[in-house]
Amino acid sequence: MTFELFIFYVFATVTVASAVVVISSRNPVYSALALVLTFFSCSGIWMLAEAEFLAIVLVLVYVGAVMVLFLFVVMMLDINIAVLSQGFMSYLPVGVGVALAVVAEMALLVGSKYFGADIIPPPERHVAEYNNTAELGNVLYTVHMYAFEIASVILLVAIIAAIVLTLRKRPLTRYQSPEKQVAVRREDRIRVINMKAETEE
Amino acid sequence: MLEMFQTVWAIVPMSLQTLIVILLKIVAIVAPLMLCVAYLTFAERKIIGHMQVRMGPTRVGPRGWLQPIADALKLLMKEIVIPSGSSKGLFLIAPMLSLAPALAAWAAIPFQDGLVLADINAGLLYILALTSVGVYGVIIAGWASNSKYAFLGAMRSAAQIVSYEIAMGFALVGVLIAAGSLNLGDIVRAQEGSLVHWFWLPLFPLFIIYFIAGLAETNRAPFDVAEGESEIVAGFHVEYSGMAFAIFFLAEYANMILIAALAAIMFLGGWLSPFQGIPVLEGAFEWVPPIVWFLAKTSLFLFCFLWFRATFPRYRYDQIMRLGWKVFIPITIAWLMLVGLAVVLELPWWFD
Repeated sequence: MTFELFIFYVFATVTVASAVVVISSRNPVYSALALVLTFFSCSGIWMLAEAEFLAIVLVLVYVGAVMVLFLFVVMMLDINIAVLSQGFMSYLPVGVGVALAVVAEMALLVGSKYFGADIIPPPERHVAEYNNTAELGNVLYTVHMYAFEIASVILLVAIIAAIVLTLRKRPLTRYQSPEKQVAVRREDRIRVINMKAETEE
Repeated sequence: MLEMFQTVWAIVPMSLQTLIVILLKIVAIVAPLMLCVAYLTFAERKIIGHMQVRMGPTRVGPRGWLQPIADALKLLMKEIVIPSGSSKGLFLIAPMLSLAPALAAWAAIPFQDGLVLADINAGLLYILALTSVGVYGVIIAGWASNSKYAFLGAMRSAAQIVSYEIAMGFALVGVLIAAGSLNLGDIVRAQEGSLVHWFWLPLFPLFIIYFIAGLAETNRAPFDVAEGESEIVAGFHVEYSGMAFAIFFLAEYANMILIAALAAIMFLGGWLSPFQGIPVLEGAFEWVPPIVWFLAKTSLFLFCFLWFRATFPRYRYDQIMRLGWKVFIPITIAWLMLVGLAVVLELPWWFD
């Protein structure tokens, strides 16, 4: 076993183990943290596959931003796990059915007829100067230009929709406008009065 | 002695040799970094002290020079109190999670031409990703402490770090458009020429925004609402004591040094001499090793960190959010378009 293979198995084991914790943990905060670990070790596997850009972006976007917001919500809500896990037995047959269907589909696809070392040879190793980021950029902005642009427009619409949902004016809320605060002059606030000094005789 | 060492070294297998060399390099980076952190706390107390017409620490050692050592020893000997009702494992993991990314990011920092632990081509992305992981230390600490103050501090800090990461990321995108590379060494090499070739001039708004966002990312004053003493005692680390508490401080100061070093690399030409291209001075300062320039520029930014803390009052929370989302992000987006245009037009001095 080469060192690289060893690293792969370490990351793969951690990925699977933490994924199991995600669905088996009783505390939703632990589940979210296990999901973070899953993403992290996944990114390690991607790094081994020479996709360093995707690996780093996975950490940056999912671990660094998405999961933080997830944790935020999970920690703020007081989730009652007992209520959530009620009726487990009645859902079980449906769950098992779906799981079996997924496994059957995967077996059809990933079976030895279409995949395997003799049908799809391992990709060639790239030289040290190979730049995954530049390669991705070249493909993304030429061949897949329209798909990329359309995806970004859809995301933009989603952002605007999410912001509009939270926009509501409440007449009772008081707030300041910083531009007015900055523009305040001395004359607006202070009035100097000329007063005669009072003295006690 | 040397011969004996060489014979022993020859016996060691090849893969183990590389491992040992890498470990030694890591020690060579982390040990001075820890020393820098210790004396940064000392510098902070001295500098802010003098700014407020006080002396700062003077008692331990000559002129107070042993103060950080004494502090570290004291914290090492204190008991780590684990609050009842806290989740013990997470409570102890949290400080490690905040320190580890702060140290790991140093792997991609070039100290001078070729002097870098891992010369990876996506260095900038790597650092951005690792610094974004640091927020977990804060969140987990706040939640695991089972305390309202700690939890409030963690919430504030998480929201602040996630918000300012966007502005910071956009500022970094400007740098990588200008340099045409994600490798930090290449970014410095792209600024070669003279003082005005450095990126601080063409990317001036991004430079300012990067540094201010860096202040917010590290939870430093005036953005230190996460540990605002007057409101929530000490924020996310209020329940921590002894060495666990000290590790949070180590992480904060290591992050400060990291932000300062990155600002020096991306906007002030890293290890390049400021006298480059000036007829007489360039020759006169040729004997200075490049790493000295890098450290000097880093120290300049660190001084600004301390200076700001002594100067500005704390921002209110809604003002922090407004500054990040409504001021910084639009400015960075507008400047990114300008930089893109300048690169396409091959504007002389920087982009030709």
